[in-house]
Amino acid sequence: MELKDLSLSKISELLDKKETTSREITEVFLKKIEEMDKKTNAFITVCYERAVDMADTADKRRAKGERGRFLGVPIAVKDNICTEDIKTTCASKILHNFIPPYSATVVEKLLQKGAVILGKTNMDEFAMGSSNETSYFGPVRNPWDLERIPGGSSGGSAVSVAGLESPASLGSDTGGSIRQPASLCGVVGLKPTYGRVSRFGLIAFGSSLDQIGPLTRNVRDCALLLEEIAGYDEKDSTSLPVEVPQYSSLLTGNIKGLKLGVPKEYFIEGMEEGVTKRIKEAIEVFKSLGAEIVDISLPHTDYGIAVYYLIATAEASSNLARFDGVKYGYRAEGLKDLKEMYIKTKKEGFGEEVKRRIMLGTFSLASGYYDAYYNRASKVRTLIKRDFEKAFEKVDAIICPTSPTTAFKLGEKTGDPIKMYLSDVFTINVNLAGVPAISIPCGFDEKNLPVGIQIIGDYLKEADIMNIAHAYEKAVSGFRFSPFI
Amino acid sequence: MSYEAVIGLEVHAQLLTDSKIFCNCSTKFGSNPNSQVCPICLGMPGVLPKLNKRVVEFAVMLGLATNCRINKSSLFARKNYFYPDLPKGYQISQYELPICENGYIIIKVKGEEKRIGITRIHMEEDAGKLIHEGGASLVDLNRTGTPLLEIVSEPDLRTAEEAVAYLKELRQILLYLGICDGNMEEGSFRCDANVSVRKAGETRFGTKAELKNINSFRFIQRAIEYEIERQIDLIESGGRVVQETRLFDSSKGITISMRGKEEAHDYRYFPDPDLMPVSFDEGFVEEIKAKLPEIPYDKRRRFINEYNLPEYDVEIITTDRDIADFFEETARLFNNPKTISNFIMTEILKELNEKKIGIRDTKITASLLAKLLTLLNENKINTNGARAILPKVMESGRDPESFIEELGLAQISNEDEILKMIDEVLKENQKELQEYLSGKDKLFAFFVGQVMKKSRGKANPKLLNELIKKRLDELASK
Repeated sequence: MELKDLSLSKISELLDKKETTSREITEVFLKKIEEMDKKTNAFITVCYERAVDMADTADKRRAKGERGRFLGVPIAVKDNICTEDIKTTCASKILHNFIPPYSATVVEKLLQKGAVILGKTNMDEFAMGSSNETSYFGPVRNPWDLERIPGGSSGGSAVSVAGLESPASLGSDTGGSIRQPASLCGVVGLKPTYGRVSRFGLIAFGSSLDQIGPLTRNVRDCALLLEEIAGYDEKDSTSLPVEVPQYSSLLTGNIKGLKLGVPKEYFIEGMEEGVTKRIKEAIEVFKSLGAEIVDISLPHTDYGIAVYYLIATAEASSNLARFDGVKYGYRAEGLKDLKEMYIKTKKEGFGEEVKRRIMLGTFSLASGYYDAYYNRASKVRTLIKRDFEKAFEKVDAIICPTSPTTAFKLGEKTGDPIKMYLSDVFTINVNLAGVPAISIPCGFDEKNLPVGIQIIGDYLKEADIMNIAHAYEKAVSGFRFSPFI
Repeated sequence: MSYEAVIGLEVHAQLLTDSKIFCNCSTKFGSNPNSQVCPICLGMPGVLPKLNKRVVEFAVMLGLATNCRINKSSLFARKNYFYPDLPKGYQISQYELPICENGYIIIKVKGEEKRIGITRIHMEEDAGKLIHEGGASLVDLNRTGTPLLEIVSEPDLRTAEEAVAYLKELRQILLYLGICDGNMEEGSFRCDANVSVRKAGETRFGTKAELKNINSFRFIQRAIEYEIERQIDLIESGGRVVQETRLFDSSKGITISMRGKEEAHDYRYFPDPDLMPVSFDEGFVEEIKAKLPEIPYDKRRRFINEYNLPEYDVEIITTDRDIADFFEETARLFNNPKTISNFIMTEILKELNEKKIGIRDTKITASLLAKLLTLLNENKINTNGARAILPKVMESGRDPESFIEELGLAQISNEDEILKMIDEVLKENQKELQEYLSGKDKLFAFFVGQVMKKSRGKANPKLLNELIKKRLDELASK
């Protein structure tokens, strides 16, 4: 049994055929984590014992004749998604000891199906970052080059897949946090339509932007995982009361006659040549598959980053107010009064980037600035949304790079937040509009680092973009999703 | 120089829903600290609010009862501030687009009706409580997430008396709708007052002070009166009123500065991204409208017209909706509204107040009261008898007639029997009789009293009066 072969669909096939047990598979992954994580630091918490117990339980259920795609299948979960009785830290000192008494709805769904949680993956603190360097538990390293960052904020989730530490993982995406690390680590990552997946139990960063999504080895696995976690949840008022298609059965691989838009605004100065080249090649592949390539324009693209850093931070400044040392998590010591408790707890409990964003967001909402910042940003957001709506009147999907660069070196951009924020230039507008998008590997640059291509769909068209991704994947026979194969 | 006060009120009314506004926890008052909490109202990481639809219904009810425009789409917003009793670090409230706007209620002060505008009514969640004990501050989050309606009035009030009349009227409306228990002591009906003064004839508003959390009508009256006087004195002595929040010290009867404008919070309101706009159609409003009870103002007017009762009576018997209903049901069975209202005011309310219960907590029904009043009307018992029977009926729900025998209350209407007692009394009180006959008319009441006493209160008073008169006249003409 080789780790590289253990995709989600392969695991359930092996379990169905009784060729192995959940325990055996779980232990193989746990062993890999033990070995790899010294180098990659992809996990904050590894559930060594609990995972084995869960695997045993799944094996017993299978022994009684029960079947299910996820029964006994191990998976990794980003550490901002609440897991009952398992520490959930958001990679922050302020929650370093927080054990939720409840699970996120997505976790609940997977647990009911008998999935095994391997552990909680490292991330940028409170999902704020594009390089996974802001974690209180140290940076995550890219298995393709350990001197490089894996992308962020779901860096640990992407690395756990690329490093063969898990067959698949859950991440969250507020401005590219699933797709950008997926791209930089050479795996598949999908951000669903806003409201497609319940946010209940996802520790909020930017509530109007956050979505949970899968990071997997291939598109089929992505479809399998998404159909498991998607759907209306009465605990989340913003989740959409819309039926969930069986995505995995809709991967026909036929994209003949589909119109794929290529936005001119997504080929910018400062983009690495290696990325441009691979994207152009990919476009040729789509042509060869019978898709029609259409030049389009998303005219308000340039405002995305500014709008995002006003709205996301405004929401974050409010969302993170609850971490005050009163009820749970870190509380500073040696305090003389309430005000000092607040100030010291937050000062010591939050990292630099989180504090920067809280201050930015507080400012954007402050009376006298609200209209100029938050309110203005909300209006421009509507324009960005309209850009996409107009585009989808003409095309079936939009293709563009996921990230302007491949994985950069640790420390390369930490001193320059604006430069760092530009890492998300191609992913951010998708969150502002609320549409779904997937990133899939499309080859390697001259440094042998993975490049990702992004396919953006109209609202609730996850099936379409996954099918386009699947057709491409098939046509190029898939790229290596891990340096270890 | 004469001054005019300008007063606007903000009322917070706790709603009588079983569960909290954004989770399923109970809203019961007085349970053990932190026994009615869950991850949602505790504001734990990752949880999301889910709106309780009853709260929307209640808000629409109050909006309709106060003549508001009902916004079929309204928004929840976050009001951001730090306090340990506010677990999320923000309160979910409504800001830019509240559920109800532009209403009014009519109050009556010194016989004059006055329309007081309602700017807005919005839904929000309550915060928890801090308990300071033994040098420590403890947090009780049971109240966190209890639904509130905030009712903001226009600055239409001019005196403390008007303010109190407005609050009483509003509280009564809430009680009639059955959406708030109106308990001021327990904080389910709380009031902040914005008070400013200006010289008579001036159209611009003066600088206002906000008086916070005053928990009785009496204190509100005193706080506002004090504040008006304070501001006038300040201006008269050449000073200026500053915009600030003031607390009422009930033991001293004065208001004290709590925080100034510079220290005022910037709440950084913005639409809550966790909740969808609150939307409903006309049908939803119509359904509520159809179920809406008559509001106190309408009821009072109708009672005056329909039952021909004095305003004073109506005021009293409509204070409580159950009493008003009870009155009306009785009036359908016993055709003398004034007798009913008298009896309710003097006897029934006395009983209820003594026992601190409501009419529905007793077993008396409209038909039982009608029977009791009929017995009285037919002189089978007298007022004293009715007074004795009432508590028994309230307690047992039995036919009033069944108590006449039991309590020995049957009225004596036999002329011979009464005459016999009259003669005895006159014989026993020769001195008084002589005085009466020589012109001391006042003693008539004395004889009535003596005979009544002899009959142990059972003599038919009307008959007794007639017979004494007759007997004394006979003696006088001799």
